Amino acid sequence: MTDLAWPVLRQLFGPDKTGRGVAAASKRSQSLLARTATADKVVKSVCPYCGVGCGQSVYVKDGEVVQIEGDPDSAVSRGRLCPKGSATLQLTTGEARLHGVLYRPPYSSEWESLDLDTAMDMIADRVIATRRETFEWEHEGERTRRTMGIAHLGGATLDNEENYLIKKLWTALGIVQIENQARVCHSSTVAGLGTSFGRGGATTCMQDLQNSDCIVVEGSNFAEAHPVGFQWVMEARARGAKLIHVDPHYSRTSALADLFVPIRAGTDIAFLGGVINFAIEHDKWFHDYVVRYTNAATIIEEDFVDTEDLAGMFSGYNVDERKYDFQTWQYEAGGMNAPSGSRAAGTVQHADGSDDDAESADDADGSGRVNERSSDAVRSAGRAESHGSGGAAISSTDPERDETLQHPRCVFQILRRHYSRYTPEMVERVCGTPQDVFLEACRLITDNSGRDRTTSFAYAVGWTQHTVGAQYIRAACVLQLLLGNIGRPGGGIQALRGHASIQGSSDIPTLFNLLPGYLAMPHAEEHHNLDEFVEADAHDKGFWANMRSYMVSLLKAWWGPNATVDNDFCFDYLPRLTGDHSTYQTVVDQIEGRCKGYFVMGENPAVGSANTRMQRLGMANLDWLVVRDFSLIETATWWKDGPEIDTGELVTGDIRTEVFFMPAASHTEKDGTFTNTNRLLQWHHAAKEPDGDARSELWFMYHLGRRIREKLAGSTDPMDTPLLDLTWDYPVEGSHDEPSADCVLAEINGFDAEGEPLSAYTELKEDGSTACGCWIYCGVYADGVNQAARREPWRNQNWLGGKWGWAWPADRRILYNRASADPDGKPWSDRKALVWWDQDAGKWDGHDVPDFVPDKSPDYEPDDDAEGPDGLAGDDPFIMQADGKGWLYVPSGLLDGPLPTHYEPQESPVDNALYRQQSSPSRKLTKHRDNQFSPSGSQPGAEVYPYVLTTYRLTEHFTAGGMSRWQPYLAELQPELFCEVSPELAQERGLEHNGWVTVISARYAIEARVHVTDRMSPLLVDGKVVHQVGMPFHWGPNGYAKGDAVNELVAMAMDPNVHIQEDKALLVDVQPGRRPRGPALLELVDAHRRRAGVTVETGHQI
Amino acid sequence: MAADLGVEGATHDPAAVSGWLEHPPRMGFFTDTSVCIGCKACEVACKEWNHVPEDGLNLTGMSFDNTVGLGADSWRHVAFVERPETGNDEGFRWLMSSDVCKHCTEAACLDVCPTGAIFRTEFGSVVVQDDICNGCGYCVPACPYGVLDKREDDGRIFKCTLCYDRLAVGQEPACAKACPTDSIQFGPLDELRERAQGKLEQLVEAGYGDARLYGESPDDGVGGAGAFFLLLDEPEVYGLPPDPVVTTRQLGEMWRCAGLAAAALVAAVGGAFVGARR
Repeated sequence: MTDLAWPVLRQLFGPDKTGRGVAAASKRSQSLLARTATADKVVKSVCPYCGVGCGQSVYVKDGEVVQIEGDPDSAVSRGRLCPKGSATLQLTTGEARLHGVLYRPPYSSEWESLDLDTAMDMIADRVIATRRETFEWEHEGERTRRTMGIAHLGGATLDNEENYLIKKLWTALGIVQIENQARVCHSSTVAGLGTSFGRGGATTCMQDLQNSDCIVVEGSNFAEAHPVGFQWVMEARARGAKLIHVDPHYSRTSALADLFVPIRAGTDIAFLGGVINFAIEHDKWFHDYVVRYTNAATIIEEDFVDTEDLAGMFSGYNVDERKYDFQTWQYEAGGMNAPSGSRAAGTVQHADGSDDDAESADDADGSGRVNERSSDAVRSAGRAESHGSGGAAISSTDPERDETLQHPRCVFQILRRHYSRYTPEMVERVCGTPQDVFLEACRLITDNSGRDRTTSFAYAVGWTQHTVGAQYIRAACVLQLLLGNIGRPGGGIQALRGHASIQGSSDIPTLFNLLPGYLAMPHAEEHHNLDEFVEADAHDKGFWANMRSYMVSLLKAWWGPNATVDNDFCFDYLPRLTGDHSTYQTVVDQIEGRCKGYFVMGENPAVGSANTRMQRLGMANLDWLVVRDFSLIETATWWKDGPEIDTGELVTGDIRTEVFFMPAASHTEKDGTFTNTNRLLQWHHAAKEPDGDARSELWFMYHLGRRIREKLAGSTDPMDTPLLDLTWDYPVEGSHDEPSADCVLAEINGFDAEGEPLSAYTELKEDGSTACGCWIYCGVYADGVNQAARREPWRNQNWLGGKWGWAWPADRRILYNRASADPDGKPWSDRKALVWWDQDAGKWDGHDVPDFVPDKSPDYEPDDDAEGPDGLAGDDPFIMQADGKGWLYVPSGLLDGPLPTHYEPQESPVDNALYRQQSSPSRKLTKHRDNQFSPSGSQPGAEVYPYVLTTYRLTEHFTAGGMSRWQPYLAELQPELFCEVSPELAQERGLEHNGWVTVISARYAIEARVHVTDRMSPLLVDGKVVHQVGMPFHWGPNGYAKGDAVNELVAMAMDPNVHIQEDKALLVDVQPGRRPRGPALLELVDAHRRRAGVTVETGHQI
Repeated sequence: MAADLGVEGATHDPAAVSGWLEHPPRMGFFTDTSVCIGCKACEVACKEWNHVPEDGLNLTGMSFDNTVGLGADSWRHVAFVERPETGNDEGFRWLMSSDVCKHCTEAACLDVCPTGAIFRTEFGSVVVQDDICNGCGYCVPACPYGVLDKREDDGRIFKCTLCYDRLAVGQEPACAKACPTDSIQFGPLDELRERAQGKLEQLVEAGYGDARLYGESPDDGVGGAGAFFLLLDEPEVYGLPPDPVVTTRQLGEMWRCAGLAAAALVAAVGGAFVGARR
């Protein structure tokens, strides 16, 4: 560049005779410097949106965040970000965030400003008062030591450390109604995967998808909801893999697929059952894998009767009580049956690959998990989710097996018969999937499975959110086990979770039914003391034999020196369950006045939960509500501008609920870990302190707890003892007295009697000498080092990225990886090698941390009386299962059947073509005037709601919109709610493209813009044309991009195992034009119900 | 990089022609639409980095495209094309493609800019300098792709800079960095062209008969684009001009003709006077 000042001189005397290059460069152009280059520091972080867990680099200049972009070192994301991740700067520094506390006094029509200190004090007072008022020492004669007057919602957007403090403080206060997004998104995943394999998390990691030969995306809009994770799908495709997308709606995922398979929403079990039938009938299953690694050979009780013979029910159904007795589903006891000490009972877990004394589990006695004797109160307590890290019990410790698979009552033969009518013809009749397309999918899946090839499945809430959600997941588990695709590179089941730490908020559960690490929350009927709790849930040997150690260590983490052998380690301090206390039951309790105080943190139930109207009606009946979020989401403002104000159902001046809005800190303003969808904990560092009165949940919980403890100091009321005895002394730092997240993580990891950090949960003791806040996270702080903060660039390590972050359990990236080797310990093929037995070294070796006892040889056979880890053989790869096997058939652990069976959704346009039984006889329905159901199939009135509605995500938005509708860069990309319909339906109903449509369910009616597209197409289902309509669910009346909330339409119809709602298939009517305003809206809904003959009883038949 | 500044060299090394004696290799974008998932991360990353304003909530009904086109406030634009297709089971296909300024080798906007606001950088990219631009708008009709656009409330012209500031410190443009599937690739243009050729051959072999490169040829109407594309269908399908020609291509010829005409006129008039004296 020349020094001449005038461009014209530069042109005349410089090299640029054109005057359009170097001569034309302005002073500013010459001095431009990227703000990424001038930043004072770059802080490593993790994207706060979906569960992929993309790495972020946060650039800070003069104490302010000036840029956020992808961290190129990340083993998960390789520096890439989706539009939401790319909008994180606007999310965290944009004008939409509030930084002051707002307060709405009872009956007031406006917010008032409140200083933070006063607000905290007022909230502490309300917690104390409501708790005093509602404390319940006993329920129906059983000690409960709890309050049902206060509830909590939210956690999946928060850090593990925050979830930990939430669970710890609320539990000490006796609050049990603690829930988060995991309930409504993936609770059925934990039940489905956990009962099949022994752990409730995705079996693989995102990066390993690149090794797949075929990827089936079903029940997921992968490319749109997890775009950066989808790079690994594209990587596989570039290597020649086939991509199949099975979905009711042709999305951006479908556009990239080799094969798009249309399906009627709510029929995936029929589809997967069809693939299972195809694999068996065409002998495409992986024989050696199935015989040795699954329970295919296990013999089932003689009294078991399958759905084939009972018109769609399994044996044991009690019509009056609407529940199953599981006795007949059990394994048939073998000659060596014993309550303990037999090999079949053992399960083995190993933490760090260095300790031979791995634990093993024995669920021999039927366990304290749900068994056939369990009462309704126990059954409804969500126990299926407690298999998140430890499979279900089996009644027989030494079941009979027939490895020829010929015995008519062996699992394989039962399975074969169960799915024998799931033929391509039947799949077409039920799913509307053309046979040729179905068969092409079957061929691609089965041709790409076996010794040398692997197929993986990726799913999300398209599978989980059904009345048979857990069974959807189970169907994929059955298929993947049959094809030998679990525990192997390029195989597995990828559960795609949709929040930054929704896996973490399941592991460290802000969930009513769980304690950290999938220990069950004690139940009033069963668990009167620690011995009973352990006796009911643990076993004589194996992994769960040490369950007392995990429980005692948790109690030590919470109550420290106050927890002693003599006082049962304060077990009595834990409040007790007496049934279903999930979020949907809490809403009913709010409406009925039992629940009076409500904390909502980073969740927006007024838009995001099913039957949003009931959510608001519940909140309108509270004494007080605390909402913590970035902006004024619908959950914070329904009292002044919610839909019920417009319809006249609620009048602001009559609503007594006191509302506190507390501005939250963003992920860039706090330290902590997110656990991504593949069990990977990643630490994000604070880049700055939050401005104004915005604070982290860690700060809120810690200081609220501190204040309440100070107010109650000296209390001798036994109600307050658990709170006052609680360990609650975290060091604070910075100008806001922020508690140290690092110290909380250290407590989660655990420490020994000397206060030294533990390295693996094998070190946990039952004598009270160790403390550990979440046993499955033990090791995340091994050697006193924050292992979750490890950031070894992906280029420097193998594809699994094992030195990036820390994954539970024991830093394993692909679970059950012993199954990647044959029974002799050799990889099934060189192409699919992962771990193998090194005979010379006498240990397992490989690319991943072996998910097995490190030195247990493949030919190890346990003695008949072998105990502990020795109880499992050297070729039992599912070390968290009671028999070491992957479960094709689940004899216990689920309430609604041992084998996935096609039932129609609660609301369906057709009768069940497979069985006389229409819907799952075990489904859970909320009977309430505001939660009515349409008739189904051939029932009279069903024609009033003729169309199937399914909902989904768009790339440009995030869940209930709280982190996207307020961001202009995202809002402008998808500014309005729309309803996708086929040209045929548009014609049938007179819908005009880009015009308006009113969508009406038996609950409510909403409006949306019409999007007529070939991507929606009618299906021919059993001779009947079925139209499906698709709607993204991100909108609500607040924010920059506004619209009606689709969840207004959705009912509380649930999976009985985990209480997840059926979002993905329901019935609606569509009519051209906008919806009525005011009371006329309710009249429209009522008129439809009257025409259809809907009453509160409709849909409640078995 | 060719030091020869002959005609051929000029076409291939626009930076050198523009006086950048020692300059890095010409950098550009290769947008492989066959792996685009239409996520629009490029649009957002661009806006975040360059502080491009949000430009309104407008549901267009044009598939998932609510951006509509490139403009002063949209420097990346993802087109969504739903069209009938007989070759597959669904009977249609959904194409997605992220469009951007082409950073032409022969850039008409640069040719017509009277203020020197638009300049050719050492990376071969074409950048509007907002401290010089006076908003005259000559460049707007000059662009054969309709990229240049005036920000109405500002008066000046804005478009993709290929993240000139980031390039200067060795960082790739924000859109390419964000792109989840590497549909947008950034690098030395020579390498990108080679890579694109290989990808095209793969696709053709895989049966994508309509796949083609767009803007990669130095022989095209703009001397080759610095940002070129792999398309799965004809350019018109994506809203791209099929055969763009630099609008100033005939400029020299036109001036020559005009000059000749003027000379002829002068000669004729002069001749008339000569004749009159006679």
